[in-house]
Amino acid sequence: MTIIEEAFVPSPREDNGGPLLEVRDLHVEFRTREGVVRAVNGVNYSVKAGETLAVLGESGSGKSVTAQAIMGILDMPPATIPQGEILFRGQDMLKMSGEERRKIRGQRIAMIFQDALSSLNPVLSVGYQLGEMFRVHQGMSKKDAKAKAIELMDRVKIPAAAARVNDYPHQFSGGMRQRIMIAMALALEPDLIIADEPTTALDVTVQAQVMDLLAELQREYNMGLILITHDLGVVADVADKIAVMYAGRIVERAPVHELYKRPAHPYTRGLLDSIPRLDQKGQELYAIKGLPPNLLRIPSGCAFNPRCPKAEDVCRTEVPDLLGVTEQDGSELVGRASACHFRKETIHG
Amino acid sequence: MAETDEPQDATPNVSDVEVVDAHSEAEAVAAIDAPVERGEPILQVRNLVKHFPLTQGILFKRQIGAVKAVDGVSFDLYQGETLGIVGESGCGKSTVAKLLMNLERATAGEIFYKGQDITRLSGRALKAVRRNIQMVFQDPYTSLNPRMTVGDIIGEPFDIHPEVAPKGDRRRKVQELLDVVGLNPEYINRYPHQFSGGQRQRIGIARGLALNPEIIICDEPVSALDVSVQAQVINLMERLQDEFNLSYIFIAHDLSIVRHISDRVGVMYLGRIAEIGSDEQIYDHPTHPYTQALLSAVPVPDPEAREHRERIILTGDVPSPANPPSGCRFRTRCWKAQDKCAEEVPLLAIPESFKGSDTPAAHESACHFAEEKDVVHVA
Amino acid sequence: MPDMTKSGTVTAAPDAVGAAAPAPQPLKAEKARGLWGDAWQDLRRNKIFIVSSVLILLLLTITFFPSWFTSANPAYGDLAKHYLQKPQLGKVFSAEWLGYDQQGRSVYARLIYGARASIAVGFGTTILVTIAGGLVGMIAGYFGGVVDSILSRLVDVFFGIPFLLGTMVVLNSFPKRTTWVVIGALGFFGWTQLARVMRGAVITTKQADYVQAAKALGASTTRILFRHILPNTLAPVIVVATISLGVYIGAEATLSFLGLGLNGVSWGNDISDGGAQIRVAQWIMLYPSIMLTITVLAFIMLGEAVRNALDPKTR
Repeated sequence: MTIIEEAFVPSPREDNGGPLLEVRDLHVEFRTREGVVRAVNGVNYSVKAGETLAVLGESGSGKSVTAQAIMGILDMPPATIPQGEILFRGQDMLKMSGEERRKIRGQRIAMIFQDALSSLNPVLSVGYQLGEMFRVHQGMSKKDAKAKAIELMDRVKIPAAAARVNDYPHQFSGGMRQRIMIAMALALEPDLIIADEPTTALDVTVQAQVMDLLAELQREYNMGLILITHDLGVVADVADKIAVMYAGRIVERAPVHELYKRPAHPYTRGLLDSIPRLDQKGQELYAIKGLPPNLLRIPSGCAFNPRCPKAEDVCRTEVPDLLGVTEQDGSELVGRASACHFRKETIHG
Repeated sequence: MAETDEPQDATPNVSDVEVVDAHSEAEAVAAIDAPVERGEPILQVRNLVKHFPLTQGILFKRQIGAVKAVDGVSFDLYQGETLGIVGESGCGKSTVAKLLMNLERATAGEIFYKGQDITRLSGRALKAVRRNIQMVFQDPYTSLNPRMTVGDIIGEPFDIHPEVAPKGDRRRKVQELLDVVGLNPEYINRYPHQFSGGQRQRIGIARGLALNPEIIICDEPVSALDVSVQAQVINLMERLQDEFNLSYIFIAHDLSIVRHISDRVGVMYLGRIAEIGSDEQIYDHPTHPYTQALLSAVPVPDPEAREHRERIILTGDVPSPANPPSGCRFRTRCWKAQDKCAEEVPLLAIPESFKGSDTPAAHESACHFAEEKDVVHVA
Repeated sequence: MPDMTKSGTVTAAPDAVGAAAPAPQPLKAEKARGLWGDAWQDLRRNKIFIVSSVLILLLLTITFFPSWFTSANPAYGDLAKHYLQKPQLGKVFSAEWLGYDQQGRSVYARLIYGARASIAVGFGTTILVTIAGGLVGMIAGYFGGVVDSILSRLVDVFFGIPFLLGTMVVLNSFPKRTTWVVIGALGFFGWTQLARVMRGAVITTKQADYVQAAKALGASTTRILFRHILPNTLAPVIVVATISLGVYIGAEATLSFLGLGLNGVSWGNDISDGGAQIRVAQWIMLYPSIMLTITVLAFIMLGEAVRNALDPKTR
């Protein structure tokens, strides 16, 4: 324990090229009245400084639960983490004490939520809430903290920041509130930001502003960014690499360009095919048949098999591992992996 | 300065509506039940206005202002077509849906359904209209009564309009409807919470279909659904349109889905229609700066596009509909805005510069400086 | 999905296979398990619910069949057995079990027969306030506007009157205070809470899309109110009503203690009488107090259990 205590606070901007955060074989379960809900079933992913990892999935895919586990904000119980490691700069956060985790959370890892209004305290002014970060974590005086708050609001391009610092959350529009959330996440200059559907609640034109801002700040601070979303468009716009989740597992991992060009998992392919395209006007859209799985009763074998057009017997009995994908000539495709028994046929067919 | 409160769309006018002058309720019902030829207008909306009063006071309320949710909207819906309405939150598109459904009373303006102004109807005539115009709601979790079985939910239209299905026939009818929307007819005794979002939306669609309506107003019918389920529901809706000869008003914010399903598209901004035309005219040849910005802002699911596409990032937020800008409502965020835009309300009409020409840009656009601008197309 | 077109058979469409039903049982077994069914499943396993409902069932049995529990007459006083006769705790369920009061009446028999007053006032008042308050709340909430403004101010006015003081003033003017009079007085000042709860619930529910959908179908106001709004507002009303049932039982005892309650056998009267003798004969006051506390507690616990079972957030 003492070793961890000394090692867990790294020098802030050290970048040794290794992953900032690494999730290894993470499992999360919820005990409910109806039984055990296996929300996350062995997730592996990592993100480096300055890199954007998009975690793509539908509701119930486990993408948000994984993020909450990383942040340490899962309600336990009902949630339990029976297995897995979450390494932040090589240290397993799951083995740390509450105090140690609390220090990492907020200072080194920050999170942005979908619903900015409910994430902000309605009875405290925005400036106070932003300043609180500095008062609590850095022991600043009230006046300094307020000045810092204004500076942050400027940085996230809130017009007339000095005049609005004493306004309350409800006085801001949705887009502005999300900027305030970003400002709050940035306050202590974290190494990693986890953004859980940060623009889903926003209008398209505002969405673009907020995503641009986030990408710009990420570059500026050389942060890692985990972007959790269901929107294939947003992912294509900002991600470096993508992890596609289905029923609590990562089914495919790939650099962004590769994934859209040649998906290696039938689920990814189905998602991409079901986007309406111009030449499909007047025709039926491709639709993945069936429904997302009930996490109480995840199908045996590959969880996607009841909905998969290519499923064979092996898919119903054997869980496919997330393995690398090779080019037709046998050379390894860098950064690519797929959890499909027929990954080769899928990517090349 | 021109008065901004007056809706002044030039076209289409009330004069081009063939108003049916029904003097009795029976005549009105007869007119409502008359068939309409394919390609003829079935619904004509003229200068529709809805202001929600802002009041103050406890017992004696006095009005201190109004939220101008819909402020002079006009369009036609033709038999058998799908008219898409897009816009951001607060643009008034959902209020338009409620007005068309008579769930809200219009402050001013008319909605002609087969020549009958339905905003003034009540009683038997209104009930006859309701039979012909139905709605599919956005949120499949709140649009079904949790205390009723699926059979009761889909059968309720028959309880309210007993003339549509004789009593002994209802159970069979409900099961037929379940089958039509792709659900197991044996699910008739289940409750809504036993279904997933996509299945619930199918139940909502079945309820909308029960009375054999001619028009279905779809208010964001797939936006609450998972991506993989959205396509299923869109396909279902397109199939039903062919099968039952339906006309759709399809309200959504997802531009690529609207393009896929719509024959014509109207773009709304702050209670007004900014631009309206065929899907090709709007998506490939937009002339209103707001449409251009909206289309360019949509994230394209193609990482190759992100380096070499020009995005128009609008500044600021949508102004409050309680206090909209004078003149053109978009001028506060528009890069082309000039003095004229603050003084004169641009009319929704084919712009002068394109008049008479047969370019796809020649469609109705409410901008003083309408011109084409090439933006990366959605989908 | 070309295979999704009309099949006309009872086989499920492909996407309907493996639906969200809780368990793949035959359809008949899962029939009629709505939110109430789920709440019931929850309650059945809730110890607090079981304890409180067993207690309440026992109380109801005592109320309706007091003779099953004692053969003694609660009004019969044998001065030979006056209050110096201490409880004989060994003689369970006999007249002398809990001792005698100052007039030589069996404390146990009075405990049994006193339940009727408490239960009658509790249930009677609750039914009255639920109907009256519920109706006012529903009308105010559904119709809104001026109707709501007027009714809400009326509720505020009544809410401003101190509940016990109001009932005391009213009861004081009645020379003969029958059960109905007490129920009426408590109900007259007590309906506001339920009116408020109902109004809030109706306002929330009437905005729900399914109510809009019913309106869009052309449903009548009666249909919307009773088919759609009422069933969805019952949960909070039932919870508040159950809890207030206990409160009214307590209020009845308080009034009796102050000499303004029911004429006749009642726990409140006995507590009042026993209070004067507390130095020499504690049991006269002790046992009715215990019964009262248990009864009030049972209803409040039941209300809490039902609230937890019906709370959608825990679903």
